[in-house]
Amino acid sequence: MRKGILFAGLMAGVSPLTVSPAQAVEIEYWQYVFETRVTAMDQLIAAFEAANPDITVKQVTFPYADYQTRVVAANMAQQGPDVLQLFYGWADQFIGGKVIQPLSPDVFPHAQIEADFFPIVSAMKRGDDYYGLPTAVRSLALFYNKDLMTAAGLDPNTPPTTLEELVTQAKAMTEVDGAGNMSTAGMTLDMGGQDHQWWREVLVRQFGGVPYSEDGATVTYNDAAGAAALKFYTDLQTVEKIGQRGFMDEGQAAFRAGRAGFTIDGTFRLGSYRTIEDFEWGVTELPANADGVRSNYASYFANAIGAGAEGEELEAAQKFLAYISSEEAMKIWLDVVGELPARRSAAMTEENLANPIYAPFLKGLDYARTTLFLDEAAQRQNTIDMANRILIEGQSVEESLAAAAEAEQAIIDRVKQ
Amino acid sequence: MTTALAMPRINPGRILIWTLLFLGGVIMVTPLIFMFSTSLKTAGQVYDLRMIPAAPTLDNYVRVLSDGRFLRWFFNSTFIALTVTLSNVFFDSLVGYTLAKFRFRGRYFVFLAILSTLMIPTEMLVIPWYLMSAEFGWLNSYWGIMFPGMMTAFGTFLMKQFFETVPDDFLEAARIDGLNEFTIWWRVAMPLVTPALSALAIFTFLGNWTAFFWPLIVTTSQDLYTLPIGLSSFAVEQAIQWEMIMTGAALATLPTLAVFLLLQRYIVRGVMLAGLKG
Amino acid sequence: MALVEQGAPHRRPDRPHIFWTMRRRQLLWVWSFLAIPVLFYGVIRFYPTGQAFWLSLTDWDLMSEPSFIGLENYTRLFADPQFGSVFRNTFAYLIMGTPISLLLSFLIAYALDRVRFGHTFLRALYFLPFITTASAMAWVWRWFYQPAPIGVINDFLSGFGIPQLAFLNSTTWALPSIMVTAIWAGLGFQIIIFMAGLRAIPATYYEAARIDGLGEGAILRRITLPLLKPTTVFLVVFSSIGFLRIFDQVYNMTTNDPGGPLGSTKPLVLMIYQTAFSSYQMGYAAAQTVVLFTILLIVSLLQLWVLRERA
Repeated sequence: MRKGILFAGLMAGVSPLTVSPAQAVEIEYWQYVFETRVTAMDQLIAAFEAANPDITVKQVTFPYADYQTRVVAANMAQQGPDVLQLFYGWADQFIGGKVIQPLSPDVFPHAQIEADFFPIVSAMKRGDDYYGLPTAVRSLALFYNKDLMTAAGLDPNTPPTTLEELVTQAKAMTEVDGAGNMSTAGMTLDMGGQDHQWWREVLVRQFGGVPYSEDGATVTYNDAAGAAALKFYTDLQTVEKIGQRGFMDEGQAAFRAGRAGFTIDGTFRLGSYRTIEDFEWGVTELPANADGVRSNYASYFANAIGAGAEGEELEAAQKFLAYISSEEAMKIWLDVVGELPARRSAAMTEENLANPIYAPFLKGLDYARTTLFLDEAAQRQNTIDMANRILIEGQSVEESLAAAAEAEQAIIDRVKQ
Repeated sequence: MTTALAMPRINPGRILIWTLLFLGGVIMVTPLIFMFSTSLKTAGQVYDLRMIPAAPTLDNYVRVLSDGRFLRWFFNSTFIALTVTLSNVFFDSLVGYTLAKFRFRGRYFVFLAILSTLMIPTEMLVIPWYLMSAEFGWLNSYWGIMFPGMMTAFGTFLMKQFFETVPDDFLEAARIDGLNEFTIWWRVAMPLVTPALSALAIFTFLGNWTAFFWPLIVTTSQDLYTLPIGLSSFAVEQAIQWEMIMTGAALATLPTLAVFLLLQRYIVRGVMLAGLKG
Repeated sequence: MALVEQGAPHRRPDRPHIFWTMRRRQLLWVWSFLAIPVLFYGVIRFYPTGQAFWLSLTDWDLMSEPSFIGLENYTRLFADPQFGSVFRNTFAYLIMGTPISLLLSFLIAYALDRVRFGHTFLRALYFLPFITTASAMAWVWRWFYQPAPIGVINDFLSGFGIPQLAFLNSTTWALPSIMVTAIWAGLGFQIIIFMAGLRAIPATYYEAARIDGLGEGAILRRITLPLLKPTTVFLVVFSSIGFLRIFDQVYNMTTNDPGGPLGSTKPLVLMIYQTAFSSYQMGYAAAQTVVLFTILLIVSLLQLWVLRERA
């Protein structure tokens, strides 16, 4: 009872969905507030409404921090949206809470999805059903400071292609002041940034391991390969001394300030780095291992259909979802938001592959993996702690890795049960 | 100082103590000085830790203020702190007066009940408050930020202490003159406790101006952030550009510092009063 | 109504001035003064308190209806290894912070009380930090504590060739570093209160003591400190509660690894915040708030009792 009122209250800011029996059907689309995303969606809605005059789409946005709660609460009050955006990592929660419904295979044939989209779309598949389709995806790449490379006697046009080159080049750029303090880092080490993804989905695989079982329910990185990957990572500070956790507070800040040669980051950082004026920078694919094995981590926000949509609203929602995951929509999204298209055909165009900034990210997408997070924040924290135990407390790599695997398994089990 | 006559009063011990106190005081304000000086530097000069910037510039302030958010947050904080202060000055003193000056059944019970809420930490109440705000649609509204602090047991207790020092004769005389009880409180009793009222006002205002925990929970849109919350989210968003963060911090700190420098005597006296009686 | 006067037949029987005796009229005033406040305290303080206790016995997560699970949240909490370290951290803030800040503020107040030259100026220097906003100053301090080349303190140290300190990047020093900022922010208030306490001691006591030939040390021990006891009790309780509830500084100084490296700075209130508003485990968070309530209650009562005993 109380909950009923509660959720009605949570919804007070949102005008109830008007179901008019007349010819026009109105559907609601929800996403979180991010200026360019909202602008891009406005454009998509305008184009969609022009093509479908009998459908109107209302865009409703919430601040990111509040978004999940809003969606869950609205759903309990049966006032959920018809189409909504969600991080792929929330899928289990949203399916379990009956917030979203499976996509009808008649409208969205599986064979076609699997042929057209990048393989990471499978993170939205549960059992035999797809629960959502992305418009855009994000992947990782290595950013490098051309000025620092030149100053260190390196050729700024040949950034590292292997892990070994990464270390030697970073070492050349590292500078230490008279008191022995690092003044320029060869590379940023920031597990709280994107390094935890790099370690999980890239390094572990490059050292011959697999981070999780196929269904994401079992932690499998606690082996020799996982240890070698973790040792490689922590050695960057303790042995090679090319970086230091906490240097300049955050990795991206060090790179921005021109105090770090390399940093690993995602497409979403491009906007921030584009405002850098003091030096030239470039982007390249994440380095391969000695055998040429590459990997990458990709993630995305998918669009899904709300569990409450039925009848003509469902039909309208399906049409809208099909449109916003079309090639045309992806082009608009790339132009306005700067995120990479989720369909191969829209992403791998000659134009995009010739773009020195998009190309490395796009190449990474082809072999990218995505982690099936169950509690993203807790799993990330767990990886940060794993590195900190070694870097701050001097614990052995094996012990820290074993503790991390055990703790992460407990997180997964708690959510799964 | 320089006159020979004054010399005997200045012994080396005193000079040492004064110097130590002065150095300690300088250390106390060092963070504030660095905050201001860095806010006047460009990104490139941040590493140069000179106290006085080589080429001071107000560029950072222009950039921070240009999107209007800080002004908005400043308005929100001022509005909220003022409203809550007025409410406390009114209700806390009304209740304090009633408990001090009337004899009625349940008086002791009401007093103890209100006093006992001092024992309940805000942190314990935020979850129920959050649910309550959700039920009544108060999330992300001024009222939602303000409602928990509209009255406080501390203020009530403070005012009760002060009203007890007001002689009953004054009030009786007013009653004989035919004034009603509300007027007696407002016109006769209140003017007699103005020092306490100003102490209460200063404390309530400062407390609400700097409040962090509850506004952090109850506000979701930037439009409704108070200065502390706005600054915190601004700082994260600036991704560790220290000169920008320092400018934001300076903007959040400047208004209270200015008010303090103007009203130092009253504020210090108010804090003493509230601290001693509270 | 039996009081209706017989000698007033023309008056309507419900004529108020008879019913409204002086006493009753006052009572009406009293309760109309108290009506809104009583409602307020009931709805905004007491009802939520009860609700917090009730929620702590449920598994509510915002996703499904809350169901009663008895003391399970509490058994989970006491088995949670994180709670152990959070509990230690919370008390570390208290046990280090309260004595240090009280000792410092007393010494400064005692000295400041005797200084005439530039008194207001010196007092202002110490008091200024108290009226700053904790979340803003937390960022200033965070910058101070950075490693070289950006950190102010480490840059200063390396100027003397002293190797840098890890401060917030160390599991050992992160908590004391944050505690220093909390002490810094609260010191001005404590100094002012101590000074008020010192001023309240009648000068005749000191004069009498000097006539008796007591030295400065003896005066301090036998007169100043005992008479300052109410002030000290107030400040001990006030500052203890403040340290046990520390949040603003920790939240802002460790945004990229909330609670510091390996949770070494995480206090109970931050754990409550994360449990409730990041993981939406409302029932579990409510149980943590009940524990905080109990700790605060015990610590305040204990301190009041200990300090009263020595009277």
